[in-house]
Amino acid sequence: MVSETYKIVNPTGFHVRPTKTFVQAASQYPCKITVHNKGKKANGKSSLTMLTLGITVGDDVVLECDGEQEQEALQELGKLLTSIYD
Amino acid sequence: MVVTIIYKGIAASPGIAIAKAIVVKQEKYAPPLSTVTDTEAEWTRYQAALQAAKGEIEQIHQLTIEKLGEQHAEIFEGHLLILDDPELNDGVEAAIKEESYKAEYALHTTAQQFIRMLLELDDDTLRGRATDIEDITARMMSHLRGVKHVDLSALNEECIIVAHDLTPSDTAQLQLELVRGFITEAGSRTSHSAIMARSLELPAIVGTGADIFKIETGSILIIDGMKGEVFVDPDQQLRNEYEAAKLAYDQKQADLRKLVQAPTISADGHQVELAANVGKLEDIERAIQHGAEGIGLFRTEFLYMSRSELPSEEEQYNCYKFALEKMNGKPVVIRTLDIGGDKELSYLQLPKEENPFLGQRALRFCLANPELFRTQLRALLRASVYGNLKIMFPMIAVLEELLQAKQLLAEEKQRLQDEGIAVSQSIEVGMMVEIPSVAISADLFAPHIDFFSIGTNDLIQYTMAADRMNQSISYLYQPLHPSILRLVKMVIEAGKQAGKWVGMCGEMAGDAKAVPLLLGLGLHEFSMSATSILATREQIGLLDRTRWEDLANQALALPTAAAVEKLIIEHC
Repeated sequence: MVSETYKIVNPTGFHVRPTKTFVQAASQYPCKITVHNKGKKANGKSSLTMLTLGITVGDDVVLECDGEQEQEALQELGKLLTSIYD
Repeated sequence: MVVTIIYKGIAASPGIAIAKAIVVKQEKYAPPLSTVTDTEAEWTRYQAALQAAKGEIEQIHQLTIEKLGEQHAEIFEGHLLILDDPELNDGVEAAIKEESYKAEYALHTTAQQFIRMLLELDDDTLRGRATDIEDITARMMSHLRGVKHVDLSALNEECIIVAHDLTPSDTAQLQLELVRGFITEAGSRTSHSAIMARSLELPAIVGTGADIFKIETGSILIIDGMKGEVFVDPDQQLRNEYEAAKLAYDQKQADLRKLVQAPTISADGHQVELAANVGKLEDIERAIQHGAEGIGLFRTEFLYMSRSELPSEEEQYNCYKFALEKMNGKPVVIRTLDIGGDKELSYLQLPKEENPFLGQRALRFCLANPELFRTQLRALLRASVYGNLKIMFPMIAVLEELLQAKQLLAEEKQRLQDEGIAVSQSIEVGMMVEIPSVAISADLFAPHIDFFSIGTNDLIQYTMAADRMNQSISYLYQPLHPSILRLVKMVIEAGKQAGKWVGMCGEMAGDAKAVPLLLGLGLHEFSMSATSILATREQIGLLDRTRWEDLANQALALPTAAAVEKLIIEHC
């Protein structure tokens, strides 16, 4: 299991578009993906639970990947968390 | 006398509409708790409804791309993701197989859990996503029940829609040629229906409450999208008033739209540039929509404030890159950190100063804390390859400060190039003119910069030795005072002599009274808040620059700001 903390810098937080991009990417990986924010946790492959985390700019979220290709998943998904979206 | 009935709500989208009402009554279906014996069959039934809903949404997605473009269609990609959501479907499966619930009830309870969680969030936009789940659930529910899903695509005349709410799939199916506006019982300024109304430029009123269902289909309605008022079956006089108002409003909108893309040219053919002052990344889109030809002042303080530590080089780089790419080749003037004075940073533990406004702030602070400054410069240099970057140093008083800042910039540029990192070779480097010493000796600075940007907010305060926030002497804050005009002229002349452009990013640039003088004095670039750009473009289009060159010179010889104002009013 690997995990890392990432700071959200996208000015509008994590709304529909970033969540969509993240979930689509996460769903490609066989390993389990979990995202923790402000005491709540979500299945990274579920856009609904991701939205309920209420991620906003400045939040420090913890990304956990557990299983096959966990390192690659951490790399790619970590980047998506810290990107800026239009 | 017949009293026209008026309903009030939240003004969600401006404009005026006069048309027949079509009232859409959709009952929300809440299934009763019931169980089944054949859970496998029930699960299969659910999956069939899921597939059917998916097929329909895929069609709507396609239709929306064709009718409204990719951006509006994106929300349906989100809907398709929700339909595939493992937590939603696992939840329904468990409810069916373990609790033996009927599919309708299983779907309802599972969806309600997510809806409740979303409604608990602080963020308006995220909370609004509860509507998406309701939209999708309602569609699947119709399939499970074998009933027809309410369809807004079968209209045959111009109308105003009155409904409980308009879901994304509702708005996607609206025949835009016929819908003139809408009114919804629910919703806020940030709900999906409001956002759609604004981007479709349809007047809309939301959050009116249930009273609007007293309106009957066929009644004539007037929507005043600015005031948030609906008039039912208005008399002829009211109708005439609003028809005239609508004509005027629509004409003004059309004129403004033309202005957005137009260059800024005076009546006698002299062109200048209008740019926007922005303080955060979200402002850039608005600037573009308001016709900004560039960003004349990008304040970087937002990166340093409301947080507990300094922003990293990477974080800054991402933000600058975003801004440059968004402006797509149009100039972006980024000002280096302008902190201190009234803008404090708690995590830096800066020593308390008796007089912070005249203290170690902005560039002085950066030069005294070179590591922090170098980080910002590196981030800017790295981002430079993504657009048209111009770097601007604030609050310079003496030449040494400018040269020192340029030296640090050159060192970081060299370092990056040695590391093999690409840096743009055409970054203009300029400075703000806020301190009178610079304005008076602008010619001494001109050889060392590519541009000046006059920061009149502080320039006026320093020149008049008066704090504009101090009510007792704020009357001394006089942008039109001959002294200020003379200082502005000095800077513009120095720029002209040295072949460098001069802009202004203080409020004065967007002040309708000052604009004619600034045009006459030869200012090249006016940077202001986005909302002032179109009006200024319109104003400049009516001004004769040659005439105002003359008038500006006259103004410089006048004794008071009041006299200058009189001159302007007489000749405008």
